[in-house]
Amino acid sequence: MPKDGGIGASTKRREDVRFLTGKGRYTDDINIRGQLYAHFVRSDVAHGRIKGIDTKAAEASPGVVKVFTATDFSALGGIPCGWQVTDRFGKVMQEPKHPVLADGKVRHVGDPVALIVAETLEQARDAAEAMSVDIEELPAVLDMKDAVKDGATKVHDDLTSNLCYDWGFVEENKGAVNEAFAKAAHTVSLELVNNRLVANPMEPRVAVGDYEDHSGMHTLYTTSQNPHVIRLLMGAFVLAIPESKLRVVAPDVGGGFGSKIYHYAEEAAVTMAAKVLKQPVKWTASRSEAFISDAQGRDHVTKIELALDKDHNFMAIRTDTYANMGAYLSTFAPSIPTWLHGTLMAGNYKTPLIYVNVKAVFTNTVPVDAYRGAGRPEATYQLERLIDKAARELGRDPVDLRRQNFIKPDQFPYQTPVAVVYDTGNYDATMDKLLEISDHAGFAKRADASKAKGKLRGFGIAHYIEACGIAPSNLVGQLGARAGLYESASVRVNATGSISVFTGSHSHGQGHETSFAQVVSEMIGIDASQIEIIHGDTSNSPMGMGTYGSRSLAVGGSAIVKATNKIINKAKKIAAHLLEAAEGDIELKDGKFSVAGTDKSVDWVGVTLAAYVPHNYPLAELEPGLEETAFYDPSNFTYPAGAYGCEVEVDPETGKVDIVAFSAADDFGNIVNPMIVSGQVHGGLAQGIGQALMENCAYDENGQLLSGSFMDYAMPRADDVPFYHVDHSCITPCTHNPLGVKGCGEAGAIGSPPAVVNAVIDALHRAGHTNITHIDMPLTPARVWAAMNA
Amino acid sequence: MTKVTMTVNGKTVSAEAEGRTLLSGFLREGLGLTGTHVGCDTSQCGACVVHVDGKAVKSCTIFAQDAAGATVRTIEGMANADGSLSVIQQAFQDHHGLQCGFCTPGMVMASAALLAENAKPSEAEVRHYLEGNICRCTGYHNIVKAVLAASGQDVAAIAAE
Repeated sequence: MPKDGGIGASTKRREDVRFLTGKGRYTDDINIRGQLYAHFVRSDVAHGRIKGIDTKAAEASPGVVKVFTATDFSALGGIPCGWQVTDRFGKVMQEPKHPVLADGKVRHVGDPVALIVAETLEQARDAAEAMSVDIEELPAVLDMKDAVKDGATKVHDDLTSNLCYDWGFVEENKGAVNEAFAKAAHTVSLELVNNRLVANPMEPRVAVGDYEDHSGMHTLYTTSQNPHVIRLLMGAFVLAIPESKLRVVAPDVGGGFGSKIYHYAEEAAVTMAAKVLKQPVKWTASRSEAFISDAQGRDHVTKIELALDKDHNFMAIRTDTYANMGAYLSTFAPSIPTWLHGTLMAGNYKTPLIYVNVKAVFTNTVPVDAYRGAGRPEATYQLERLIDKAARELGRDPVDLRRQNFIKPDQFPYQTPVAVVYDTGNYDATMDKLLEISDHAGFAKRADASKAKGKLRGFGIAHYIEACGIAPSNLVGQLGARAGLYESASVRVNATGSISVFTGSHSHGQGHETSFAQVVSEMIGIDASQIEIIHGDTSNSPMGMGTYGSRSLAVGGSAIVKATNKIINKAKKIAAHLLEAAEGDIELKDGKFSVAGTDKSVDWVGVTLAAYVPHNYPLAELEPGLEETAFYDPSNFTYPAGAYGCEVEVDPETGKVDIVAFSAADDFGNIVNPMIVSGQVHGGLAQGIGQALMENCAYDENGQLLSGSFMDYAMPRADDVPFYHVDHSCITPCTHNPLGVKGCGEAGAIGSPPAVVNAVIDALHRAGHTNITHIDMPLTPARVWAAMNA
Repeated sequence: MTKVTMTVNGKTVSAEAEGRTLLSGFLREGLGLTGTHVGCDTSQCGACVVHVDGKAVKSCTIFAQDAAGATVRTIEGMANADGSLSVIQQAFQDHHGLQCGFCTPGMVMASAALLAENAKPSEAEVRHYLEGNICRCTGYHNIVKAVLAASGQDVAAIAAE
């Protein structure tokens, strides 16, 4: 039984009290004396040439201080991209310019054209009505396959085409893969769409720029998952501000799911405007604005094929994917369909040969980047849908066919044919656990009960692999990353023994303030209430890379462990001096330093006081104070995996799908706070169920966003989802980080879409609709009904 | 601009408001009660739910001037008199019914209104009542569980993890 506040305890979250009493401090809650308000005038067409912008009337509107257009920002750099992919011919990707404000052309609905700054928000919005923006509309580039045909209209005139890159992985395996298909006893193929999604954290983006004229100090308050990354990208590439003159603060942030990783034009614009106007400038996105300016997710069109031998062993996988980049390259966009997608195509299976081709395409749509899972849901969805189809075509049980091809526990570490090495796992264990917690054996009986009330019941399974904590930095650098992927921590022990931990990770719902404190409490043995976790401000924490890709505990937590170990080592030296013993004989247990085999001891506070009031202290050998910083760069990804089972009822009259049960058996390695881990899975499941059944980001043939509000974009609500049964008792600890943890933030969104779709197809087959092999997400009543009545 | 007066969390308060100022904006900008959040512009998300004369209202659907003279309760007024968390707030913490905290004020206010109307709601009733409140973090599992627990019902049978 773990002690409360230590590793393994479901400690209640300390951050909840402020959130439950209205005391959270989100970016929009920050108001600086004398602040002005920003409103962006945005393109209302998908593609067009800017013929003229007349700002006079707007500038004459009441309260307007200034209207900025591209010419005001001509000295600035563009919004940078953080990853350069090299294509299968050895050529670097095409990288378009991305001006802060549209310059010459607009390339998607929502592309910012002008920035109006006024004394009140209402005045800024009113002035927008007076703006005259003359745009000659051009044909919108929307369909990815059409976009890369010869003679297609180009999104960027200065690029050779709309093809960002044509990536092959592993290119050297292509011939062998094709040969395996030629010799295969069975081949199965599937064409599918991974629907475009909008992350929609409940807090829309906000940016407040502040500038101190006498010192030249800029401060940007922003809704970010990684304030240090924003400081680096914006300071170095856009505004040419040294880090010492730029502070970026991301206070309480209301969810991110990837969409708040990226450096956005609005951040640079308000930072610059604050300097020009010498007054703070605040911008708060409306939800409608979020739909046309937050980077979106997924949007792949794929053909996947599987070759099997006569015994149904997987021999080869071949995929052909078109990945939508949107109009510009968002910060990490090029890496998502490549290194976060192609490398996961082995799944949990020992397929010896894999070839992945991805064509990334520019279109006149909002940029696409990582959204919860980022590349890994796309990989899992293809693979797990295809295996289900293969099982059906071969007359095999979908569980048995998976098991037959699983990588077995004694095969780890396992080198996949797609570069990555899985350190550990036990996929049969998670599959067994799923069958148990979902009462798979009782399904037939439940299906009969559904049938008796006129409903079609189905059971769908998916087994996913994830890669979290992308690393190490020297490897990702070779793959094109323009950033390191370490994490930092500073542990400051205060004189009377309390501890302030500064982390480069950022919490926007994940509960770091609670779980990180549990880690330090466990290591030192003092009460977790004595430990505070501080994050989100570049002025007080070491350079860190932030929170995404389920990396916080595996990478950020490891940095904290490393820094805390340095603290313990130094504290033991101090204790040895105080106890007049050899350092090697000092033991730390429950916050007390003892000399092994004696009753001599000094408590934690005795040591910390000595460090800061060094009267009796080995000053010749040891500096006073007790504060340590560590940077942790992992040697590998971590590889969570799990088995997901979805049970649905389909109404044959309407095509409506109800999720009647959902079970998830995950292997996340060691668990620090089971309550928080379960919560992460729950949230991911709802997003995955949303993708599978409801959510769809849709554009019309002119590039107008059809799903531009919560009235049109179907967010899952409380009555769309059931209670989930989640289990994380299957544990194979990560072998290469000090906590043995793997990461749990994205799993739910990765494993659930194929489980849901497999369940619906299963229900339809059981009801005799054996001609239906696939329905593209979202499986709305209209789509399911149409498939049944085709 | 007109001076608008109302009772908020037991205190009579006044601030200037334009005719178009929404109650949500009045609370946040006029009174500095930033616990009420604005998550959308189509009255869909429910992050701004407050109680107006005892009823749950999306504060973005009502003009501040139309709430003049009303008795309003916001998330800042939900704790017990001694500052401890109220039953519903405590249930949200105990059952991990919040993550990023942004939808939480609206969720708590809506849930409190539900329990005032229906002391022992079923799971289906909770889910139906909270249809107007969107949460992107929790998948609703622990929110529904927290509301059932706050109503005094045994939630031990609902898988904790």
